[in-house]
Amino acid sequence: MLILHCPYCGIDAEETELHAGGEAHLTRFGPGSSDDDFEGYLFMRENPRGVHFERWRHANGCGKWFHAARCTNTLEVFGTYSAQTTEPPEEIRKILAKKRPGWTWRDLK
Amino acid sequence: MSEAVQPLGGSAFDGLVHLSEAPLQGMITLRADLSDAAVKKAIKAATGQTMPDIRGASVQEGQGVLWMSPDEAMLLVPYAEVDAALAKLTKSLGKVHALAVNVSDARAMFSLRGPAAREVIAKLAPVDMAPGAFEPGMVRRTRFAQVAGAFWMEDQETIHVVCFRSVARYMFDLLSVASDPASAVDFF
Amino acid sequence: MSTRLATGGRLIDRSKAQAFTFNGKRFKGYAGDTLASALLGEDQMLMGRSFKYHRPRGVVASGAEEPNALVNLGKGTAHEPNARATTTELFDGLAATSQNHWPSLEFDVGAVNTHLSRFLPAGFYYKMFIHPRPLWKHVYEPFIRQSAGLGRAPDPETRDPDTYEHFYAFVDVLVIGGGVAGLQAAKAAGDAGAKVLLIEQNAHWGGRAPVDGGSIDGQAPEAWIDETLSALQAMPNVTVRSRTMGAGVYDHGYVLGYERLTDHAPQMDGPRHRLWRIRAAQIVTATGAIERPLSFAGNDIPGVMLASAVRDYVVNYGVVPGDRTVVVTNNDDAYRTALALKAAGLAVPAIIDARPNGGGALMQAARDQGIRVEVGRGIAKVKGGKRVSSVYMCDQAGSGAMLEEIPCDVVAMSGGWSPVVHLWSHCGGKLTWDDEQAFFRPDADRAPTGADGAAFVSVAGSANGHMGLAQGILDGDAVGKAAAKMAGFKPKRTKAPEAVSEDEAALVPVWLMPQGASRDLRAKAWLDYQNDVKVSDVQLAAREGFESVEHTKRYTTLGMATDQGKLSNINGLATLSNALNEAIPQVGTTTFRPPYTPISMGAIGGEARGDVFQPIRRTPIHEWHETNGAHWEPVGHWRRPYCFQRAGESVHDAVNREIKATRDSLGLLDASTLGKIIVKGPDAGRFLDMMYTNMMSTLPIGKCRYGLMCTENGFLTDDGVVARLDEDTWLCHTTTGGADRIHGHMEEWLQTEWWDWKVWTVNATEQYAQIAVVGPNARKLLEKLGGMDVSKETLPFMQWADGTLGGIQARVFRISFSGELSYEIAVPANQGRAFWDMLMEQGAEWNATPYGTEALHVMRAEKGFIMIGDETDGTIIPQDLGLHWALSKKKEDYLGKRAQQRSHMTDPNRWQLVGLETLDGSVLPDGAYAAADGTNDNGQRNTQGRVTSSYYSPTLDKGIAMGLVLNGPDRMGEVISFIKEDGETEMKATIVSPVFYDPEGEKQNV
Repeated sequence: MLILHCPYCGIDAEETELHAGGEAHLTRFGPGSSDDDFEGYLFMRENPRGVHFERWRHANGCGKWFHAARCTNTLEVFGTYSAQTTEPPEEIRKILAKKRPGWTWRDLK
Repeated sequence: MSEAVQPLGGSAFDGLVHLSEAPLQGMITLRADLSDAAVKKAIKAATGQTMPDIRGASVQEGQGVLWMSPDEAMLLVPYAEVDAALAKLTKSLGKVHALAVNVSDARAMFSLRGPAAREVIAKLAPVDMAPGAFEPGMVRRTRFAQVAGAFWMEDQETIHVVCFRSVARYMFDLLSVASDPASAVDFF
Repeated sequence: MSTRLATGGRLIDRSKAQAFTFNGKRFKGYAGDTLASALLGEDQMLMGRSFKYHRPRGVVASGAEEPNALVNLGKGTAHEPNARATTTELFDGLAATSQNHWPSLEFDVGAVNTHLSRFLPAGFYYKMFIHPRPLWKHVYEPFIRQSAGLGRAPDPETRDPDTYEHFYAFVDVLVIGGGVAGLQAAKAAGDAGAKVLLIEQNAHWGGRAPVDGGSIDGQAPEAWIDETLSALQAMPNVTVRSRTMGAGVYDHGYVLGYERLTDHAPQMDGPRHRLWRIRAAQIVTATGAIERPLSFAGNDIPGVMLASAVRDYVVNYGVVPGDRTVVVTNNDDAYRTALALKAAGLAVPAIIDARPNGGGALMQAARDQGIRVEVGRGIAKVKGGKRVSSVYMCDQAGSGAMLEEIPCDVVAMSGGWSPVVHLWSHCGGKLTWDDEQAFFRPDADRAPTGADGAAFVSVAGSANGHMGLAQGILDGDAVGKAAAKMAGFKPKRTKAPEAVSEDEAALVPVWLMPQGASRDLRAKAWLDYQNDVKVSDVQLAAREGFESVEHTKRYTTLGMATDQGKLSNINGLATLSNALNEAIPQVGTTTFRPPYTPISMGAIGGEARGDVFQPIRRTPIHEWHETNGAHWEPVGHWRRPYCFQRAGESVHDAVNREIKATRDSLGLLDASTLGKIIVKGPDAGRFLDMMYTNMMSTLPIGKCRYGLMCTENGFLTDDGVVARLDEDTWLCHTTTGGADRIHGHMEEWLQTEWWDWKVWTVNATEQYAQIAVVGPNARKLLEKLGGMDVSKETLPFMQWADGTLGGIQARVFRISFSGELSYEIAVPANQGRAFWDMLMEQGAEWNATPYGTEALHVMRAEKGFIMIGDETDGTIIPQDLGLHWALSKKKEDYLGKRAQQRSHMTDPNRWQLVGLETLDGSVLPDGAYAAADGTNDNGQRNTQGRVTSSYYSPTLDKGIAMGLVLNGPDRMGEVISFIKEDGETEMKATIVSPVFYDPEGEKQNV
């Protein structure tokens, strides 16, 4: 059972306090977007064995959504960070570069 | 005017701890940027207490403020004074973007008194209740078995638990079961 | 015969006799006994029957690994099957019965299977029961169900009278296992200042050390154990718990500890079991090792036991399993058993050592005691039925020709030891094969890793492959210090205790005895005692192509019994690897999964039973409903009255009465469960325009508007009335089940997409009791209460106002879900009951009638209003329901808008909402499908629609329904056929408008 650090209230919360919210950093496509863009936004998801970025909510806690960078294979957590960002912050990338050299995710590396 | 009544009409249970439904408590949920000085000032004006830091609780005799998230505080005031406190709060917040809502009736509140209070909580919530890990002056929002709740410590032997009104009976029964006099753990 | 010795038994208290029964027979044991030791003490060697062949089974082990001695414990509500006699502590009044036999343990008809064993090989069931197919259902399955299963499940009518609980504990270092290695690890970590929890599954500490002898720091092991335990108990940062098993190790340092509080003393109050939910920065598993049986013919006959177990019974309980014990071994440790028996004054006719050159110092000690030692020998077969009578000695190198028959009644066997690596493996720790000692041990380089990517489990003592007393205690010290260091503490530079024990010569792996055993012998050499898997079965599996150990396990059922192969695992896979001509590490081992031994369902459930099995959400008026005949309907965790049944009234009658009273005069509905979310801020209007399909930003202050919410998929997810409270504040009503979900939905979009918008939300659902006052006399009642103007002019339809009613603060909404004149009134929850009572009392003159959810549903259906969850099922868009009017055309965007433009969402052939009326006025079955011409690829009738809501309408005195029908709105007046539940009978219904009652809205707009 995972523990993730909530960056908003500072609690190391166990999974029963959390709610998983799927893949992080999706770009919303609304009316006027192409069918392909909209399909990608609504349905296409990464399924990596390794580095992954996810959304979680501290549901039984402060109620805040946040992001987690995690290894789906070893369950190592590289860090959690604000939900108010469209891509992983620099410090998370630094950790990944050190711990998982050569990591890739979507078009990030 | 009809008298307001507590969700369970003031139930109590004696076991590992003395468990009792708290008297009616005025509660105001405030959504605002808690780092804003104007917000802090308004909270002080409404409750007489200083806005605490992250996960802090500053409560004295039913008046106080609990840190619920970076943009949410729970203000505690006497039940009869909620409207006045809301008015004061709204006035001092002025044009600050904030939402204050009276939730006094939306909650149930219980008090656990006795040396085993930490232990009773630790049977139900995934929280480190060891002295040092959790102390008076802190508040914790978490899960009690299957429902959400929050608690804070008044002193080493007194813990106050707040949950939604609709699950007041469940919470009371839960705390009673966990207070079974023959179920001491003696871990802390 | 097995018997109690006149003296000895370090764990029993001879001054405290305990009476118990086994299969109704009265026996006597002592405090400190296990059920197994007490039975042996009373010459009850036969304790059960095996699963497949119903072979007689005696106890083989002395601890958690026991596969045979499984019993039913207790009676009635306290009945529990499959309890291990070896770990069941004896208490006065204990009642046990044996399992898996008929009519009796001594004479079991099912034992005929053993004579059929040639015809019941591995995979027999898979091969036999495939054909012919029809026989499966009527012959094979009933037969297998009858004979399957071990023990008897508790009677479904009984309720477990015991209570259980959970406990969350957070520690720096958790040590699992209270043998000398675990004790020393806990001591070392505790000395470093770490917060330590040490748990031990047994009631006593020290593991095997007190039985196996040697010395620690110049003292007897027992003295050192007592001293160390006292020291640990005195440390404020250390907690020790016996009778607490480490059941499983999970991700990120999560461990389940299973504490048995009253199993040994059922008269005690309090919870029976406590499940410790532990988070540890570091975990040390010091779980010891388990002795392996040897595979020789007849090794399952009662009286064949593990050598260590024989020793345990003698030393710990003063019980000897028999008078004459032959020891058979491939290592030195078993010699200790011979020496212990000799010391107790019993005969050891021979030690049969399979090693060509025998052992070292311990062999010499045995010879010095005058014990006959035969090296290079094995056992060809054991003779005996329900009890060993003799063994045939042979050359280990040969094929089993008898050299000599040695009479005996016990065979103490040892095939070496296997470290208990279960907990290490639970969370991904890998193993390495130790060729020299012939076992798998933890590979420290491939440990389970935690959230930080570092190892969080380490292993100490014999569980780590350090077999001797001296090595084990040194390892415990080092591992305890290392764990404390990993957890952030500074271990002290102290010297580990020094232990001394006899040097042991190397073992020689023996996987089959004799190594060239004939087919006949192999077919009687048991690997898995509980599931009756023999050497020949595993060899057959290999011949039939089951090369993977996981496949072989499932094909043969090796290791799939309640003991999960604790004794059979390594012997089984060694047999498989020999058959495959591959090395053991290449074949690998099956996966170890938690729990280590079975834990009770009660412990898993914890406090969740009876009143607190599940939270039930109650409205402020719940108690009134309860005392006034409420027939409950669960809605989420809420309980809402379905109707209020009166004496002599059916549910159907009650619903009809409630509807009629409401439409004719006055009805009251407890609507407190409806969600109430307050949304405020300069961007709140803009935000709600995104949340709802219709325009909320233009809603004037003081007015209400019905709104629809969709997900980004375009599907309808919730609906409700929105009221504008002031310039930048809105109140959004949700469905009963939707309050938390929709509040979460709003917060999700605010926090993760539009975080720069200035909007706050608060879920104020439970602040209010909300009561709908409905019917032609609704206004009269409110006017009677007084306090505010509720006239048509001041408070017209779809407006709201604040005020007081009967002296209670109230917010009154003029909204209607029934088509009648209706007010929904929100009052503070703590005065909700008082307000309800007032309405009932003051409304009596108009026959104020409380109504439930079914009346609500019927009345809304009469009006053609949709219901989330009836007309919607997660695949329905507003366009399907004719709700185009609620889809703003002015807005560029709202959640779901883009999805609703996708090709199959705009398909004109999507089924559309219509009303349905049967030709004969009867009620259509809910969910029934409308048949179309032809059949699909599966030969099923094609469909062209389905019923989404269907009721008897007392107002119209006929069945009414809503449904989704292909091109429905264009087919008004057409008659189509619906198929009833039997799949055949057709019901004809006319397609009509879904608004059955008062289509002009004259009744609600007064």
